[in-house]
Amino acid sequence: MTAYRIAIVGSGPAGLSAAAHAARLGLSHVLIEKTDHLSDTIYKYQKGKHVMATPSQLVLRSPLDFEAGKREVVLGTWNDQTAAAGVNVKHHAEVKSIVGTGPAIDGSVMKIVTRKRDGSSETRELQRHAPPYRLTLTNGEEIIADTVILAIGTQGNPNLMTCPGGNLPHVQYQLDDPTEYTDEHIFVIGGGDAGIENALGLCADPAQNNSVTLVNRSADFATAKDANVKALLAARDAGRISIMTETTTKAIEPGFITLDTRDGEVRARCDRIIARMGSAPPRGFVEGCGIEFASSDRLAFPKLSATFESTAPGIYVVGALAGYPLIKHCMNQGHDVVEFINGNLDLKPADEPILEAKFAGLPGGRSVADWLEYLRSNVSILQGMSALQMREFMLDSSVKRYAAGDVVFERNAPGSSLFGIADGQVLVEVNPTDPGITVPINAGTIFGEVGLISGRRRGATIRAGSDCILVEISRNAALKLMSQVPSAAREITRITTERSLLQIFKSGLAPADLVDVIAQAKVESIRAGQAIIKEGEAGDDIFIIRSGSMVVEKSIGGKPVFLSYVPAGSFVGEMAVIDGSLRSATVRAAVKSDVIRLAGESFRALLAAKPQLLDKLRGEMANRTRLNNYIESKKDSFSGVVDMYTGVANFLVDQGVGEATDVLLIDEKLCVGCDNCEKACADTHDGLSRLDREAGRTYAHLHVPTSCRHCEHPHCMADCPPNAIHRGPTGEVYIDDTCIGCGNCQRNCPYGVIRMDKVPPKKPWLLSWFLFGNGPGPGEPSHKWAKKADPAYAEKAKKAIKCDMCSGQDGGPACVRACPTGAAIRVSPEQFLSVALMGREGQ
Amino acid sequence: MASTAPTRKAMTGKAVTRAPRDTAHEGFLGHRRGRWAKVAGTISIVALLAYLLTDATPRPNGGTWLGYTLGSIGAGMIVWLSLLGVRKRVIGSKPFSLKGWTSAHVYLGLSLIVIGTLHTGFQLGWNVHTLAWALMMIVILSGLWGISLYATLPEKLSANRGEVTQQQMLEAVRTLDRQLDLAAQPLGADDAALVRMSLEECRIAGSLGQRLSGNYHRDGNARALAAIGDKVMAAMRSGRADERLQQIQFLLERKEAALAQARRHIAMKARLELWLYVHVPVTIALLAALFAHVLSVFLYW
Repeated sequence: MTAYRIAIVGSGPAGLSAAAHAARLGLSHVLIEKTDHLSDTIYKYQKGKHVMATPSQLVLRSPLDFEAGKREVVLGTWNDQTAAAGVNVKHHAEVKSIVGTGPAIDGSVMKIVTRKRDGSSETRELQRHAPPYRLTLTNGEEIIADTVILAIGTQGNPNLMTCPGGNLPHVQYQLDDPTEYTDEHIFVIGGGDAGIENALGLCADPAQNNSVTLVNRSADFATAKDANVKALLAARDAGRISIMTETTTKAIEPGFITLDTRDGEVRARCDRIIARMGSAPPRGFVEGCGIEFASSDRLAFPKLSATFESTAPGIYVVGALAGYPLIKHCMNQGHDVVEFINGNLDLKPADEPILEAKFAGLPGGRSVADWLEYLRSNVSILQGMSALQMREFMLDSSVKRYAAGDVVFERNAPGSSLFGIADGQVLVEVNPTDPGITVPINAGTIFGEVGLISGRRRGATIRAGSDCILVEISRNAALKLMSQVPSAAREITRITTERSLLQIFKSGLAPADLVDVIAQAKVESIRAGQAIIKEGEAGDDIFIIRSGSMVVEKSIGGKPVFLSYVPAGSFVGEMAVIDGSLRSATVRAAVKSDVIRLAGESFRALLAAKPQLLDKLRGEMANRTRLNNYIESKKDSFSGVVDMYTGVANFLVDQGVGEATDVLLIDEKLCVGCDNCEKACADTHDGLSRLDREAGRTYAHLHVPTSCRHCEHPHCMADCPPNAIHRGPTGEVYIDDTCIGCGNCQRNCPYGVIRMDKVPPKKPWLLSWFLFGNGPGPGEPSHKWAKKADPAYAEKAKKAIKCDMCSGQDGGPACVRACPTGAAIRVSPEQFLSVALMGREGQ
Repeated sequence: MASTAPTRKAMTGKAVTRAPRDTAHEGFLGHRRGRWAKVAGTISIVALLAYLLTDATPRPNGGTWLGYTLGSIGAGMIVWLSLLGVRKRVIGSKPFSLKGWTSAHVYLGLSLIVIGTLHTGFQLGWNVHTLAWALMMIVILSGLWGISLYATLPEKLSANRGEVTQQQMLEAVRTLDRQLDLAAQPLGADDAALVRMSLEECRIAGSLGQRLSGNYHRDGNARALAAIGDKVMAAMRSGRADERLQQIQFLLERKEAALAQARRHIAMKARLELWLYVHVPVTIALLAALFAHVLSVFLYW
C-alpha cells in the first residue's frame, strides 16, 4: 500500500491547481480522478463553449495558466501543464470512503441526520479518527494519505440504472456530441431538461437516421422547462421521436430493452441507452468522511476554518463544494490550501487586495483581519461567523463611513440590502411629511431588513445620526448568512416582525407596546393559491404579508369576484378583530408568500391600549367596505363587467404578475403590430431587443408579452456564479458586465424573458440608412448582417441579456415611449389591478 | 423643530427617482383627454372666424395678410407633421411620447383641411398651387383611412391570432407539410401526386391576385383537398373506406385551417400597412409640390 503526504480528490480547477502546486513544491501526492480525463465538469461543456475568467480584478496564483477562452484551449493548457509539472494522476479511480486510521479523537463524534421522503429522519453517530486517512476506491484499492484535499465539486454522481443489465457498456449517462451516432435505435431515459435536450439533439438531423425514444416515469414533464416540453411534443408530432410516458425500464440486454408500460411489458430493439435521471448531491459522501455542514439547509456548505480545514482534522475542502463556484477562486484555493498544508500559515488569501480596497476609505488604519474582527464583534448578527465566512461575506458586502446627517437611503428607493451598524447611530424618519420626527437605531443592530425580506421599496428615509460606520450586506450575502448562522436568522426574523408592525401601523407605537403581540406572532409560509382567510369562517387573526402578495375575493351570486390585490407590506384581516364578525372575504396567496400571523386576542389588547391605532384601522376598514359595496353594486347592474374584471385580474395573477414589481402590458385593441417597441428596445440597448411582443399569453385582448417583470425576489438571481444580477437603484433587475454566459438565469426564469446572445456591431447612422440604404435600419440587426459587418462576431461569447427597465434613460422605458398608439404600458401590479381596471373593461 | 435640516448628502435626486413615465391607459385618439383634439379644434375655429370676419379686397386669396398667415402656419405644420416618420425611428434616451406625437399628428393634420382650404381662398385651378392643396387632401384622406383601420383592425388581429405568433403559424404549416410527406409514403403514384400538389404548389401568402381578392380556391392545397375529398367519398360509397386517404384528408383539412389563419393574419397586417403606401409617398410628393408652390409665389407673384 502506498502512503502520500497529500491525496487530492477531484481534478477540477481546484484539485488540479492543488496537485500542480504540490508537484512544484515536491510534496508526495496523488490526484484521484474518477474518469479517464481531467476536469470532467469543464470537459462536459459543449464543444467550443467560451469559458469566462471572472472576477477580473482577482489575481491568479495557481501554477496553471488560465484565461478566458474556448473550452478546448483551457483544457489543453491544463493538460499540458499538468503533465509538465509531473503531477501524479490516478485515473478511473472513484473514492468510496475516507476514514481516519489513527486513534479515535476524544469527544469528536459527528451526528449524521438522514431525511427520508416520508418526512421521518434517522440519526447516525460517527466517531472521528485521527489521520492518516485511508481512501478506499470503488475497485477495492486503498490509498493512505496524511492529508486529504476534497475538491469534488457539487455536481454529484448521476443516478444509475438499477435494473438488470444496467451496467452494460451501451448504457451511458452523458451525451457529449449528438451528431456522433447514426442509424441507431436509441432510448433516452428521463424526462427532465437534460433528457429532453439530449433526445432532441439526437433526432435533430433526419440524415443521422436515428430512431429515438424518450422514456419518462410519470405522465407529464413537470420538471422540464416549458420550451423544452413544447419542442419535444412538436418533434413527436413531426414524427421525429417517440415518447413513452408512465414507463420504467425493466431489463437491459445487448441489442434490446424491456420496458414496463401502463399497458404491460414491451421489448424493443435498442442499440444505446442514455440515462439522464438526475444526480445525487455529494453531501452524503462528504458527511460520511466526518465533515460537518453549516446547517441542514439543502444549499449549505461544509464548516471550514480559515485554512479550508473541515471538522475532520486533516481533510480540507476547496472549490465549488466549499461554496466558490468560479474557476479562478477554485484555482487560487488549490494553491493556497497546499501552502497551508505545507506550513505556510501566514499566507494572505488572494482576495486580500479586494478586501483592502473595501476598507481603504475608513478611518482607524486597521489591517483587513482587524477590520473583519471589528465588524464581527460589533454587529450582533455577524457574531456566529468564522474568520473564513467573514472573509467571504465581506466580498459580497461593503462597509462605509457616514458623517452625521448623511442620507443612507431614501423612502421609496428600491433596495434589498441589509445594513449593520458597527459604530454610531442612525435616525429613521418615521413621518414622510416631517423629516424632523425621527426614531434612533443604535450600534450593534441592523436596519433595511424590510427590503431584504419583501423586495419592496424602502419604507422610510434613514440618515446618520452621528458619524457612523455601516456595513451594507447584499441580499445574497444576507441569505447565506441566515442559512449558515441560525442565531442570525432568528434575530433578523424577530427584528423584521417588530419593524414591519411599527411601520405598517405607525400611530405612535413603540417597540415596548408590541412585546406581547410579537411573542405570539408566527411567520408562516403560504404556497400559491392557498387561502389564509376564508369567507364566512370565524377567526380574528391579523396577517401581515411579509413577502409575495395576496388576492382578495368575495363570492357574489355564487361566483368568486376579485376585490383587490394586496402587495407585501400590507395587512389583512382587521375587520374581524374590530367588529367581531365572520370573515367577509377570502384572501389567498397570488404567489408563494410569507405572512406574519398575529393572534387576534393579543392584538385586541393592543387596540384597547392604543385608541389611535383603532381609529387608523377603522379608517382602513371603511375604505375596504366602500370598495366591496361598490363592486357588489356594479355586480347587480353590470354583471358582465365584473366578471370580466375578475377574469382579467385572475389572468394577470396566473401570469405571475403577483410577484412582479413592474410589468409590460399590451392592449391588443390598440396594438397595430408595428413592433416599434422591439425596435426601440434594440436601438437603446446595444442592438439587442429584450422583449418579444408577439409571444406570451393574452386574455380579453390584454396581452402579457415576454418581457421582464422585475420580480420582488428574482428567480434569475438565485444561482448566478459571478453574482452579476442585481437590483438597481430604480427598482430594475439588471445583469452587469461580469456575466459569464452560463445560462443559469435563463433556465431559472419561469417567464422565459432572458435570452443568450452576443452584442452585434454598431450600425451605421440612421440617416445613411434612410438616404442610402446603409446597414439594417432601425431595430435588431440580423445575425447574418452582424456576421458580415464584423468578422470577429462569430467568435464572440454569448451573454445573458434582459430588460433593465431603461434605467439611466431620462425618458423611461423605450418600449412605452416608442408605442405610437398607446397600446404598451409598463405599470406596477397594484397600480393596474385596481378598480380603474373595471372602468376600462366597462368601455 | 430645531434639530431638523442636517445637511443631506448622497442618494438624492435622479439616482433613486424613477424617470417619469406615462402610465395612463388611453389610446392615441384620447391622449391626455383629447388635448390635441382641443388644440386642433381651437386653431380651426380661430382660422374660420378670422376668414369670415376679415373683409379681404378684392376677394380672399393666398396673397392677403391672412392668406400669408394661414399659408405659413399650414406649410410649417405640413413639414412638422411629416417629421413623425423621423421621430418614430430616433428613440434616444430623452423623454417623449410617440403616442402624443401620433395624437398631435392626427388632429393637427385634420385641422389642415380648414387651414389649407381657407388659405386657397377657394381659388382652385389647374396649377402647381392647387396641386399642393390636392396632394395635401389626398394625404389627409389616406390618413383618415389609416385611423379607421387602426381603430378596427387590431382587435380582429388579436382575436384571429389568439396566443399564436406569426412565426408559430408558419411553423404549424411546415409541421403539417412534414406529416403529409410522411403519411403520403405508402400511397400510390396518383394519390401521392395530389399530396405533392399541396406540398409544392401551395404558397402561404399566395400570388398578388390571391392576396388582393382573398380567394385561394386555385391554391395547391385547396385543389388537393377537393380531389382527395372526392376520392374518400367515392371509396366510402363503394363500401371500402380508405383509412390512409382519410388520414391525408384530415391533414389537408388541418393545413387548410392553418393556412386560413395565417392568411387572415398576413392580410390584416398588410392592410394595417397598406394605407401607408399611399400616405407616405404622397407626403413626399406634397413636400415637393409645396416647395414649388412657395418658390413660384415668391419668384413670380
